[in-house]
Amino acid sequence: MTAPFPTRKQEEWRYADLDALRPVWQQFAEPLTLTVGPGESFEKIWLPGDEDVLVRRVQIALEGGAKAQIFVLNAASEYGRTELDVSLAEGADFELFGANIGTGVSTNEIVTNVRHVGEGGRSRQTIRSVLNGKATGSYLGKVEVARGAQKTDAEQSVKAMLLDRGATANCKPELEIFADDVKCAHGASVGELDAMQLFYAESRGLDPASARALLLEGFVMGLWDSAKDADAIGEAAREALRKVVG
Amino acid sequence: MLTIKNLHATVADKPILNGVSLDVPAGEVHAIMGPNGSGKSTLAYVLAGRPGYASEGGATFDGRDLLAMEPHERAAAGLFLGFQYPVEIPGVSMLQFVREALNTQRRARGEAELSGAEFIKLAREQAKLLGMDAEMLKRPVNVGFSGGEKKRAEMVQMGIMQPKFAVLDETDSGLDIDALKSVGAGINRIMRSPDKGVLLITHYQRLLDYVEPDKVHVLNAGRIVRSGGPELAKELEREGYAEAAA
Repeated sequence: MTAPFPTRKQEEWRYADLDALRPVWQQFAEPLTLTVGPGESFEKIWLPGDEDVLVRRVQIALEGGAKAQIFVLNAASEYGRTELDVSLAEGADFELFGANIGTGVSTNEIVTNVRHVGEGGRSRQTIRSVLNGKATGSYLGKVEVARGAQKTDAEQSVKAMLLDRGATANCKPELEIFADDVKCAHGASVGELDAMQLFYAESRGLDPASARALLLEGFVMGLWDSAKDADAIGEAAREALRKVVG
Repeated sequence: MLTIKNLHATVADKPILNGVSLDVPAGEVHAIMGPNGSGKSTLAYVLAGRPGYASEGGATFDGRDLLAMEPHERAAAGLFLGFQYPVEIPGVSMLQFVREALNTQRRARGEAELSGAEFIKLAREQAKLLGMDAEMLKRPVNVGFSGGEKKRAEMVQMGIMQPKFAVLDETDSGLDIDALKSVGAGINRIMRSPDKGVLLITHYQRLLDYVEPDKVHVLNAGRIVRSGGPELAKELEREGYAEAAA
């Protein structure tokens, strides 16, 4: 049976491009599921494709002491969505490093539900968005800490850079905590390029377009530092940034 | 080489420079001294082209109208500003930053770009000459550098870029005695040449013990109120600005 088509009344679809989703919904209605066994490690790098609409819906179960690292670059020309539902058993560790790089009228979003079920789990979500034109980039990130998940350590860091007045960033970190001995931090900021950084770079000889490109590269590229092989995603991010900086 | 004629500048309608005239011929080092708020940093910023300053009057560099040029064009023409507060750029390594800046300058001048290997060799040499650990070049631009390290890093950048003219804004502030000596020696080594010039902005005599100026000018309330030889700096140190510049 196919899941019903989402509506904007559902929080996790609030900023989605449902018109772009409709024709492809059938193939994404059921999320992929994967399990990382006790003590095992999993790393995944998701690159943007050639498709105008690229949707990923994945459920990950991290068993005791399992570790997962996900690196994702959302840069679809029309609609890109990366949706993750992650459950962490005791001592599991989850890290997400994601970027939305959008141009034109595109919508790119990262939607997560990270559920700390067991004790002593750790999660880190770091999201950076760079948007120009009338592009929209969103992060909706929910962290749930179950009653028994004491000593949970969760962090969300979300920053967006808007290059044009018409661009939109939505940042919504959300916490739902039912344990009393946990550490959950979140921070969000939306801004423009720093004028003093731009002047410093230009005074050293970079023309304005190159200075902007370099500063934006710095803003995004730090995301891939801990990937085993960041060449492909780094190159894809550079290419996406080139389109955004124009 | 650098000729400033009746230069006025305002920031947010507040006049800061009230008619500065100055001529620094090739082969000379001129010091600008003056109390806090006298307009020293504004003069440096206006010469380098920082946005936000409304300026009137003239400044020519090698016969070209300096104020009509963009900051990066001034750099390509051979002007270097050593910042009083060097700017941090997270996510961009010092090596990448300086290499891109230098190669953009070289392209603008119709010179061949330096390869990665050539550049790293040059950068290591200059770091060594300034007593800076070459490993620091791999770190993000000025991030986590102490005040003294930032100033040394400015001089390393100057050594790599080999400008024709340097405006050094309080390069001596925040330096201990050893760093002061090595920065002073660096300025002499890089900039003391018959075809180069320096405008050295400072509060104190102490840097001038290492970099002996050909002329000293006292800036007060946005005007040059006195000019003289190196002995003027010693007189200022002895008697204070209030006496000597009255």
